[in-house]
This record gives sequence, C-alpha cells and structure tokens, in this order.
Amino acid sequence: MMENYSTDVLIIGGGAAGLFAAIRLSEMKPDLKIIVVDKADIRRSGCLAAGVNALNAYIGAGHTPEDYVAYALKDAHGIADKNLLLTMAKKLNSVTAKIEQLGLVIFKDENNNYVTRGWRNVKINGENIKPILAAAVKNFPNVKIFNHVNVAEFLRDGDKILGAYGFSTRKKIFYNFAAKTTLIATGGASGIYLPNHAGGSRHQIWYSPFNTGAGYAMGIRAGAEMTTFEMRFIALRCKDTIAPTGTLAQGVKAEQINSFGEFYQKNYGNTTSERVYAVTAENLAGRAPCYLKTVGITFAQEKDLLNAYLNMAPAQTLRWIETEQLPKNFNVEICGTEPYIIGGHTAAGYWVNVNRQTTLKNLFAIGDVAGGCPQKYVTGAFAEAEIAAEKIIAQIDEIETPARKDFDVAEFEKFFANEEFFSVDDLENAMQSTMDEYAGGLTQNYRFNEQQLNLAAKNIQRLENLSEKLRAADMYDLLKIFELRERLTVAKVLIEHLRARRETRWAGFAQNLDYPNRDEKFNCFVNSVTSDGATKIIFRELEND
Amino acid sequence: MIKIDENKCVGCGRCVDICPGNLFFLEKSCVKMRDVRDCWGCCACVKICPAKAICYQLAADLGGTGAKLFAEDSPQKLTWQILKTNGEKIILEVDKARANKF
Ligand SMILES: Cc1cc2nc3c(=O)[nH]c(=O)nc-3n(C[C@H](O)[C@H](O)[C@H](O)COP(=O)(O)OP(=O)(O)OC[C@H]3O[C@@H](n4cnc5c(N)ncnc54)[C@H](O)[C@@H]3O)c2cc1C
Ligand code: SF4
Ligand code: SF4
Repeated sequence: MMENYSTDVLIIGGGAAGLFAAIRLSEMKPDLKIIVVDKADIRRSGCLAAGVNALNAYIGAGHTPEDYVAYALKDAHGIADKNLLLTMAKKLNSVTAKIEQLGLVIFKDENNNYVTRGWRNVKINGENIKPILAAAVKNFPNVKIFNHVNVAEFLRDGDKILGAYGFSTRKKIFYNFAAKTTLIATGGASGIYLPNHAGGSRHQIWYSPFNTGAGYAMGIRAGAEMTTFEMRFIALRCKDTIAPTGTLAQGVKAEQINSFGEFYQKNYGNTTSERVYAVTAENLAGRAPCYLKTVGITFAQEKDLLNAYLNMAPAQTLRWIETEQLPKNFNVEICGTEPYIIGGHTAAGYWVNVNRQTTLKNLFAIGDVAGGCPQKYVTGAFAEAEIAAEKIIAQIDEIETPARKDFDVAEFEKFFANEEFFSVDDLENAMQSTMDEYAGGLTQNYRFNEQQLNLAAKNIQRLENLSEKLRAADMYDLLKIFELRERLTVAKVLIEHLRARRETRWAGFAQNLDYPNRDEKFNCFVNSVTSDGATKIIFRELEND
Repeated sequence: MIKIDENKCVGCGRCVDICPGNLFFLEKSCVKMRDVRDCWGCCACVKICPAKAICYQLAADLGGTGAKLFAEDSPQKLTWQILKTNGEKIILEVDKARANKF
C-alpha cells in the first residue's frame, strides 16, 4: 500500500533537534504545515530514550559565547567552524530557558539562578526530556506526526530536495512525503565498528544503536557535501555498562588513576581526545586497568550518584548495587568505546552554512547529523533547530509546493523476492570486524595505516554488493537491511576521509601510523562529495583566523 | 538485556510502541522480543509496562549476577526496584521535581 502526503516542512527524525525545530516553526507560523517522521515513537526515540543527565552546553556567569567558541576550537584541535560555533553558542542560554519553560526541572540556587557544573554545564533532572518535547509538539495542531516510519531516501530533482520516502516498520505501507523544505535530523551513526561487547550484549553501547547514519547515507547518495568524518568520536565510559563518565569526573571531581595508583592524566593534556588517549596509552604501557577515583566520596554523594545514573543510564546503578561494589568504596573502571560518527560531539556531518543549509537545495541539517560544529550536545541541537527554523520561515513563501514525484517500490520489494542468503547479522559482523581490524577500531587501539584502509575499502565494497541480495520476510527485516546499508555507505566515506587526512590530529580518536604526527598542512577541513559511488575529497580552508 | 514475564503480560502493546529500536511484537496478545541482543538497555519498556512484566538485567558479560531491575512510573516520582538473587529488595525513589546534584 502507498500513502502520499504533501507538506510545507518535512522533519526527518523526531529526536532532540527535530522536535525542537517543530516547536520553533509552529510558534513562528502556526498555520505552517509540518510533518515529523520518526522510525520509533517520539516519546522515547533517539539518543535520549533513557534521559539526559545534564545540559552540557551553556554559557555560565562571567563567560561569553566567544569563550565557548574558543573552548570548542581548542578541544577540536582547531578543526571546527568558528561561525557555526558562534551562532550556536549565542542561543545556548535562551534554549535552556525554553526547555525549562516546557517542563524540564533545572537545579537552582536560593536566588533562582541555575546551578552549573563548571561554567558550561547545567544540572537537571532529565529523565523525561523526550516525553516533555513530544508533549509540547503534540500541542500544535499544524504538526502531523508519523511514528514507526523509517525514512529511506530523499525525493529529488538533481540537487533539489523535494521531500523523502520510506516505509512503516510494521505493516507493508510505503510513504511518499512531498515537501517545500526538508529538515534532516536523524542523529549520528553507531554500529559501524565492533562494539565493546561483541556477543550477547552487542547493543550495550553508549550511542543509540538505532541511530544508524540514515541521514548521512541519504545525503551521500544524493551528492551532499560532507565534512570531517575522519574525526570519529570515542567516548570514555564506565567499563561494562558503557555509561557516561562526565557525572563522575565533573560531578564528584573524580580523577583518572591507573592500577599503580598514579594520577596520570596531567601527562597527556585535557582535551576530549587527549583524555581518551591517556587511557589507551596507560593500558598499552602495562598500567591497566584505569579508573576514575571515586573512593572517599561521601555517603550523600554516593546516594546522589545512584539517583543521577538512574535518570540516564540505569544499568550503572544496578551494577553498583548488585555487585556490591559501590563507588564510595570502589573506583569505577573506565574504557574507551568503539568509534562513532556524531556531529554533536565532533565536527563530522553535513557541510552546512550558518543557517544550517546543506549544499543540496531546500535541505537543512541540524543536531548530530550536521557537521562543522562540535560540542553541541542537547542544547546545541536545540540552538541549531531554532537557527534553521528561522531561516525556513524567512524563505518558505518563495518556495513552490513540489509536484508529486513517485518512487519505484521495487527498491523495497526486491528484498522480499530475494532467495534465502547471508543474514543481516552475518554481513553486519563482517562489516564491524573489517572496520575494527583495518580502520582503527577498539581492539586496534584506534590505529591503522594506509594499506589497512585499502583492505577495509575493498571489503566494504564487497559487503555492499552482497547486501543487495539480502532477504526480508517482514518490514522489520527490511528495516534491518536498510540500517546495515546505511552503515556501509557511511563506512565507505569514512575510510576515504581517514585516508585523506595524512596526519594524526586527535591521537585519542584515531592514529594514522603512516603519519603519526600532527601536520600543519592539514589545518583544513577534509570534505567529500560522492557521485556514482565514487567519493571525491575536497580540502577546504578553515576560516578561523 | 530485558526479560519478559509472559504470565504477567496483559498484551497492552505499550512496550511495542515505546521501544526506540522497534524490538517487540505482539503474538496472540502476549509480547515477544525479536532478539534480546539488540536491546540498548534504555529501560523505556520497563518504565511504561503497567503490569511489571518487563525487567532489566545485567547480562553475564556486563558483570551481572541475576538481579532484576523494575520501575514504576507516576507523575510525581519514578520508583525503581532492585530484586537481588538472595531475595533482598532495594527501592530507589527519584522525585521528578528534584534535579540531580551532579
Ligand atoms: C546515552 C547518551 C547520553 C547523552 N547525555 C547527554 C547529556 O547528559 N547532556 C547533553 O547535553 N547531551 C547528551 N547527549 C547528547 C545528546 O543526546 C545529543 O546531542 C542529541 O540528542 C542530538 O539530537 P539529535 O536530534 O541530533 O539526535 P537524536 O536525539 O538521537 O534524534 C534522532 C532521531 O532520528 C530518528 N531517526 C533516525 N533514523 C531515522 C530514519 N531513517 N527515519 C526516521 N527517523 C529516524 C531517531 O529515531 C531519533 O528519534 C547524550 C547522548 C547519548 C547517546
Ligand atoms: S530497554 Fe529500551 S531498547 Fe531494550 S527493549 Fe526496552 S525499550 Fe527496547
Ligand atoms: S507493556 Fe507490559 S503488559 Fe503491555 S504488552 Fe508490554 S510486557 Fe505486556
């Protein structure tokens, strides 16, 4: 069955960024027709299904948006766009006030001021951030929500985006959404590399295993310019549960300590990638395991930690309690994760201008899918949502409603007709092992050389060809096939980016063993455009001086 | 990973709707999991199940010992319950109006 819709604005992905955009657009123009499509249910979809622990991007008292830009540039070792950062930073505090208005509980002092963690973090109770956003969106009658619809591809005419199409994750229904303007907000990509636990707990990972890089893949296939995929994000996390560590490091000021009892971090620097590098280097030097030193915190602190983790990563609280290794008495072991591609933490994603317009006509990108602007986190995603919304409203009246453009259902149907073959799991394992071994995964301590990248590229191409022959028995199988194919597309482009940056810029995130040092020649963006399956690298100047 | 108690499930379908990974389906008014290895551990299903038919457990490769984590959601508070294998029951209440200290 086929359903056709036409709208002013199509928002793909009802996560933090997508929902905030729907709210801002509706406030500015209550009669604007908006469609929000999500592969899951917007009440708990995306990164923030379990909740959010703190608002990680905020300008605290005595600081300015320019301070935030300087901090983010330094943390990215120079590879970020100053103008994107500044436009985002200027909105961080107003979007914080707005999410509070919508119902998020924020920690305040007796003078009604937010209590900050350092100068950039606001303490909250964020367990229900997604239900809050979803409820706010449902209040606008101009917004139509499609839950459990997976968007697969843009509708386009050359480089002009005319909407998108996809399928229900449950019933055999295909959807065609024609739109004057499209906003992509599908988050980043996990699951490209072998995860920390490859067996029974393969999805006990930090980033959402259901953000599979759909937005990147759709953009790549449509010829959008992408930036900085080679800046992969490796998170420093609690061993086993892969729960965030910021709450320990910043909340109770727990410092990194190795098994010799040495506080080693000062030897490595304090950017995000240097903190990850510190753990890898200590492990390789035989001083594993590494911990965050929590021993000695007070009973009250411990109690607050247990609650804080329940609001964001309940497995960690359960682990503390059931193993009876409470943080007051036992340090928390830490580890690096497998690499992710996330524009909200690093600069990887769509190449956008200050209005968050991509290089494709009538397509905007915001949140984790958008590049050039690291250290965004949830409030930065909100800020980008507002920036894009304001530009969309300014120009929507000049855009004509596109005529209906049909797509070929055979693109989907063919998978139901395929014979029994390899399974999605088979090919996913092969992809993750290849990326791990040859493209700097966790087991390789994030190291690779060019010969290995060549092998990785060959293998990924082989797997992409094989994936054409996968068989789907139902719509969920079809979803899994598309998720795998999105990851393969992202992997292919990622390998080209890793190859192009012939230096080691962020040792914690990636070490190119052929070029183990930083090289000032690469004070530039590595961008790419893919057409007919071939990825062309474009070096773009940084405009930060 | 999550565990479903089929005897307690009333087949309301709330978990089917809420899971961010589309991992549940209903079969003869009882819920089934497609592949338990695909669970992220977000506990959205644990919180929304009205029959306490779903719990979260730490898998063996995560240091688990078999304890079960349940939750009961209400507008004012979220009540978490940990059932250890020795029968001990630990209750942790999170007041929704209070922010995290950290
Ligand atoms: C575990 C975790 C904890 C975090 N904690 C914090 C924190 O404490 N503080 C903080 O500031 N930030 C935190 N972050 C970062 C923050 O969550 C992200 O920056 C933010 O959610 C990004 O918003 P987004 O809209 O780009 O992505 P998401 O919020 O993930 O939204 C993406 C949406 O797109 C949907 N989608 C994906 N593919 C498709 C498709 N093909 N078709 C239709 N829909 C699709 C998904 O279902 C999802 O709803 C955390 C992230 C994680 C993973
Ligand atoms: S814990 Fe989250 S990912 Fe796992 S089954 Fe429940 S809702 Fe789905
Ligand atoms: S929410 Fe609970 S009762 Fe309802 S279908 Fe799921 S497991 Fe069964």
